[in-house]
Amino acid sequence: MNIVVCVKQTPDTAAAVAVENGKVTWGDAPLVLNPWDEFAVEQALRTKEAHGGTVTAISLGPDGAREALKQALAMGCDSAVLLQDTAFDGADTLVVAKALASAICKMESVDLVFFGRTSVDSDTGLTPAQAARYLTWPSLTLVAAVLGLDPSAKTIEVERMLEEGRQIVRSPLPAVVSVVKEIGEPRYPSFMGIRKASKAEIPTWSAADIGLTGPTAALTWPAVEAPPKVESRCEMITGDTPEAIAAALADRLVEEKVL
Amino acid sequence: MAERVFVYVDHYQGEEVGASWEALTAARMIGESLKSEVTALVIGDGVRSLAEAAIQHGAKDAILRESPELKEFRPEPYADVVSQVLKEAGAAVLVLPTTGRTRELAALVGVDLETGVVTDAIAVEMDGEAVVVTRPIYAGKLLSKEVCREKRPQILLVRTRAFERPEPDAGRSGTIEVGVAALEAAATEIVGYKAAEGGVSLTDAAVIVSGGRGVSNNSRLTPPAEITDEKEQEVWRAQQGFELIRQLAEALGAAVGASRAAVDAGYVPYAYQVGQTGKVVSPDLYIACGISGAIQHLAGMRTSKTIVAINRDAEAPIFKLARFGVVGDLYDVVPALTSALKERLGK
Ligand SMILES: Cc1cc2nc3c(=O)[nH]c(=O)nc-3n(C[C@H](O)[C@H](O)[C@H](O)COP(=O)(O)OP(=O)(O)OC[C@H]3O[C@@H](n4cnc5c(N)ncnc54)[C@H](O)[C@@H]3O)c2cc1C
Ligand SMILES: Nc1ncnc2c1ncn2[C@@H]1O[C@H](COP(=O)(O)O)[C@@H](O)[C@H]1O
Repeated sequence: MNIVVCVKQTPDTAAAVAVENGKVTWGDAPLVLNPWDEFAVEQALRTKEAHGGTVTAISLGPDGAREALKQALAMGCDSAVLLQDTAFDGADTLVVAKALASAICKMESVDLVFFGRTSVDSDTGLTPAQAARYLTWPSLTLVAAVLGLDPSAKTIEVERMLEEGRQIVRSPLPAVVSVVKEIGEPRYPSFMGIRKASKAEIPTWSAADIGLTGPTAALTWPAVEAPPKVESRCEMITGDTPEAIAAALADRLVEEKVL
Repeated sequence: MAERVFVYVDHYQGEEVGASWEALTAARMIGESLKSEVTALVIGDGVRSLAEAAIQHGAKDAILRESPELKEFRPEPYADVVSQVLKEAGAAVLVLPTTGRTRELAALVGVDLETGVVTDAIAVEMDGEAVVVTRPIYAGKLLSKEVCREKRPQILLVRTRAFERPEPDAGRSGTIEVGVAALEAAATEIVGYKAAEGGVSLTDAAVIVSGGRGVSNNSRLTPPAEITDEKEQEVWRAQQGFELIRQLAEALGAAVGASRAAVDAGYVPYAYQVGQTGKVVSPDLYIACGISGAIQHLAGMRTSKTIVAINRDAEAPIFKLARFGVVGDLYDVVPALTSALKERLGK
C-alpha cells in the first residue's frame, strides 16, 4: 500500500500566543508536530505494519516544517516531502488542500491519505475534505476506528464519530481519512528513528514541481487581536459549612438569573 | 440584482439540528445589510417539514431537494446538490450551523465553487458586500477577522450558541421550491450506526457540570476489598465522585463533561472531554469540579456565559476565569449544591 500522511507544524498548545504589531507570536515556545497529526501518523504506520507498503509524510510550510516532518520520520515514516513556494504565502485551506492533492497526484498510485482532524493553530478542520474533493476521492473524516481494510479488493470500512453517535461507512480506495483521538495513542519516536530522521534528506517541491501556477487564496485576514481581557472578577463564596456555601451559591445563581 | 443569502438546515436522519436556527439568525443579520431575505436550503429524503420549520423560524422561503439517494447524509452527493443550487441562484452568502456534517459539506462546496469557507464564526459585521467574520484561533487565545472579498458565495459556519436561537412562529408561511436533484451514485455506503450514549449532548447543553482529576481524590472512601490495584482504586473513587456530579447535572438538566486528565485516567470516556482536544462548548453555566484550569481545558469552555469553579486549591487557575468560586472539597460542596438547587428549582 502506498500511504501518505499530511502533517503540519504548529506552536505547542501550552504556548502563550500573543499579537505583536499585528502579527501572531509565541515567544520562544517550541514548534511541534500538530498534536492531531500524531494520531494520523500513528494510524498510517499501523496500516503499513498490517498491510505492507510505505508511508510518506507531506507538509506545506516554511523551513521550520522540516521539524514536523522529522518527527514523523522518527516515528517511523519512510520518507518525507516539503511543499514550499512563495506562491503559497497567505495560503488558505483551499490553497493548502489543492497543493497537497497535487503532490499526492504526483506520487504514484497512492491508496490512502491520512490527516489529523484539525490543526491547533488555524483550527478549521477543512483541509482533509477539501483535499479529498480535489482528488475526487471519498472523504472519510473524523474516523475513530478502521474496521476493515482490503488492499486487493481496494475497500476500507471505518467508524466515524458524529455528534449523534458512531457511523460505519464502507468506501472504495483510494480515499482520504482524517482521524480523531480514539484511533489510538501515538507511539514515541524510537532512538533509532530519531537518528535516522536527523540524517534524512527531505526534498522540497515547488508549486511548479506539482503543476500549480500561483494558486490564490479566497480568504484574507485583515486583523488578528487578543480577546478582550476579562478582569478577574471571581466572587468567592464562603460559609461555615458546605451547606451554607451551597445555599449562598445557589442564591447568587438565582439572583444573577443564571438559573 | 439582489444578493441572495442562504441558510443550510442541518439534520440527522430527518431530525432538525436546532443550531440551524442560530445560523438563520446570522444569515438574517447579513441579509439585512444586503437587502436580501433569507432562503433556507433543505436536502434529504422526506424532509419537507424542515423547510416549513425554517420558514417558521424566520426564513422567507425555502429550496427543497429530495431523493432516496439523499436519505443518509454523505458529503459528496449533498455537496453536489448544494453547489448546484448555489451556482444557479447566484448566491452571495451561505451560512451553516456547525456539526461534523456541515463542516465537511461546506469544505466540499468551497472547492466546487472555488470560494472561501470560514469556520467557527462568533460574530459577523459587514464591510460593503463582504462579511467580515470574527473567529477564535489558537484555541481561543486570539481572535481573527477573516473575509472573502471577491469569490462568491461567501461560506460561513457559525459556532453553536454564538447567535440567538429564534422561536418559531407557526403562523408564518412562504413558498417551498421543490426541484430535482441531479445526482451521480455515491461511491461510499453507510453500513450502520451505533447510537451515542444517553444523556444531554455536550455541545448543545445550556448547563454543563464537569469533573477533573480531583474527582478521584477522596481518602475517606474505602474501595471494596477485592479492588487491590492502586490504579483501579483510583478509578473506583472517581466513579463515586462522578456519581455526585451526575446527580448535580440531573438536578439542572445539564450534560456531564470532564477534563482530559479525568479521561486519560479512565474515569469517563473520551466523549466527555472538554477542551482543545475534546469538545468546544459554550453553555450558559459551566460548573468545573476538581479541575485546575489548564490552558487546553480553558480553550474548550472559556466562552461559557457563567463559570463556577469548585476546587480545594485557592490558587487554581480556573478561578481566574470563574464568575463564582468555592474553595472546598467537591465531595462536600457538590452534594450540598445539588440539594440547595433542587430546593430552589422546586424539585
Ligand atoms: C496537546 C494537549 C492537548 C490537551 N487537551 C486538553 C483538553 O482538550 N482538555 C483538557 O481538559 N485538558 C487537555 N490537556 C491537558 C491539560 O494540560 C491538563 O493536564 C488537564 O486539563 C488537567 O486536568 P485536571 O484539571 O482535571 O487535572 P489537574 O490539573 O490535576 O487538576 C486537578 C484539580 O483538582 C483539585 N482537587 C483535587 N482534589 C479535590 C477535591 N477533593 N475537591 C475539589 N478539588 C480538588 C486540585 O486542586 C486541582 O486543581 C491537553 C494537553 C496537551 C499537551
Ligand atoms: N500546511 C499543511 N501541510 C500539511 N498538512 C496540513 C497542512 N495544514 C493542514 N494539514 C492537514 O489537515 C488537517 C486539518 O487541518 P486544518 O484544516 O488546518 O484544521 C491537519 O491535521 C493536517 O493533517
